[in-house]
Amino acid sequence: MNTKITIAGVTFKNPVMTASGTFGSGMEYAEFVDLNCLGAVVTKGVANVPWEGNPTPRVQETYGGMLNAIGLQNPGVDVFIRRDIPFLKQYDTRIIVNVCGQSVSDYVEVVEKLAEQPVDMLEINVSCPNVKHGGIAFGQDPKCLFDITKEIKIKAKQPIIMKLSPNVTDITEMAKAAEAAGSDAISLINTITGMKVDIHKKTFALANKTGGLSGPAIKPIAVRMVYQAANAVKIPIIGMGGIACAEDAIEFLLAGASGVAVGAMNFVNPYTTAEVIKGIEEYMCQYNIEELTEIIGAVK
Amino acid sequence: MEQKKKEFARVYKQQQIAPGIYDMWINTTLARQAKPGQFISVYTQDKSALLPRPISICETDVVNDRLRIVYRVAGKGTTEFSRYKTGHRVDILGALGNGFPLEKAEGKHLFLIGGGIGIPPMLAVAKAVKNAASIDVIVGYRDKELFLAEDLEKYASIHIATEDGSVGTKGTVMNVIEEKKLEADIIFACGPMPMLRAIKKYAGEKGIAAYISLEERMACGVGACLGCVVKTTKIDHHSHVNNARICTDGPVYNAEDVEI
Repeated sequence: MNTKITIAGVTFKNPVMTASGTFGSGMEYAEFVDLNCLGAVVTKGVANVPWEGNPTPRVQETYGGMLNAIGLQNPGVDVFIRRDIPFLKQYDTRIIVNVCGQSVSDYVEVVEKLAEQPVDMLEINVSCPNVKHGGIAFGQDPKCLFDITKEIKIKAKQPIIMKLSPNVTDITEMAKAAEAAGSDAISLINTITGMKVDIHKKTFALANKTGGLSGPAIKPIAVRMVYQAANAVKIPIIGMGGIACAEDAIEFLLAGASGVAVGAMNFVNPYTTAEVIKGIEEYMCQYNIEELTEIIGAVK
Repeated sequence: MEQKKKEFARVYKQQQIAPGIYDMWINTTLARQAKPGQFISVYTQDKSALLPRPISICETDVVNDRLRIVYRVAGKGTTEFSRYKTGHRVDILGALGNGFPLEKAEGKHLFLIGGGIGIPPMLAVAKAVKNAASIDVIVGYRDKELFLAEDLEKYASIHIATEDGSVGTKGTVMNVIEEKKLEADIIFACGPMPMLRAIKKYAGEKGIAAYISLEERMACGVGACLGCVVKTTKIDHHSHVNNARICTDGPVYNAEDVEI
């Protein structure tokens, strides 16, 4: 049985990764999960300088999911290189660094600083709904997405993954724009913009007013978008959105994702990633699947 | 530090001790590592309510591996918990956060101040604190529906304030301190934000240390989601901005160090 997958020339021991922003750089979850077991750790978004993020409350529970408006708080790329990369290098897992910025030059600065670092891939966050500048603004217009992808691709030493927003009318247009500009892979979906009202205080439940919806509530939307994107582009896809168990992850693989990421469910059950990996192996046994790659995109 | 873990524990017993206030003892080995001021995350069985509820540790019974939480029913998660009977499964993660710096109270006149559902952790502190010169427990309630007052009396002299004046001093814990002319060298406190702000101001004016336990909406409880931050006066070692994570760097802070 072989759970290995390859994305843009990078081989992963299994397809299970962490969704950016739900796992820090792995330190907080190393107490619960053996990071050596993971296909990859995808880090919290890193910018060129430290970001304060949004005021609190930043998170709220919703039916079958949660809203967050953290606002990409991060310590900046210099601290990240000094502290987080050496931590992750202790483990036998792939490192994918999520990169965020307010302008093209911000993204490029981070990408250039990471060029000589031992990281395997870069995931470019052009889909965060919770920051005023940058983020989603780059990910909702195919022309903007094409331009920023092209700029980053020129500077990047590692393969890049453009992380797409579901807050668009046609996900295939965005997937095609990223592919046309040279992105090595795409990941989807980021959170879906949502809002909750506190009926007792008669105000917004999140200080940022709106936030990104994640968790099992969004899974069918994510599976649908992965399927559509997989049929629109040839580059590999990392699928995410509400994965809580192996069955969920397998849906994504069958729909066309080469890799999968566990996001909000890390908060609910810190052992989710390890359980998904085990469950995928059991599924392969059950259906006599020798190579996991056999099932990727098997649903046509 | 002890390793955090998620456990499928069992309810030892539960009762309502005041309207909407529940007192649950849980059989769990986490009792051995729990420190006063720490909290546990309690998960619902209802899968539509995903996020754990952070609840402070009220007391532990290390001999019998039992941990006590006292909480207010505030929504669908705590409503579910309130229905648990003896033997019911309860999923918990702990022990989380840092406790009160008990050693700093040695030889000092100590105030333990609790407001409303901030009172339970003060019982754990009252039980554990050693060699303080004196301990005054000052607790504030909405009305005559008191809870944990009898437990607290066993460990220290207790002073009560009620919002409606039905028991003790009418008003807040600050009114009690003023009325009874109480004095302290150090304060440990947990309660609603207006109370904590008043304590921060009071401690600042008196030039004494106050350690306050904060609360905020959180998702993971282990420092990964960055949901539950508080503004700090100094650049925080982890975030490299003026934000500290209440779940891991707190929930107890020196009042001087946080902007509330």
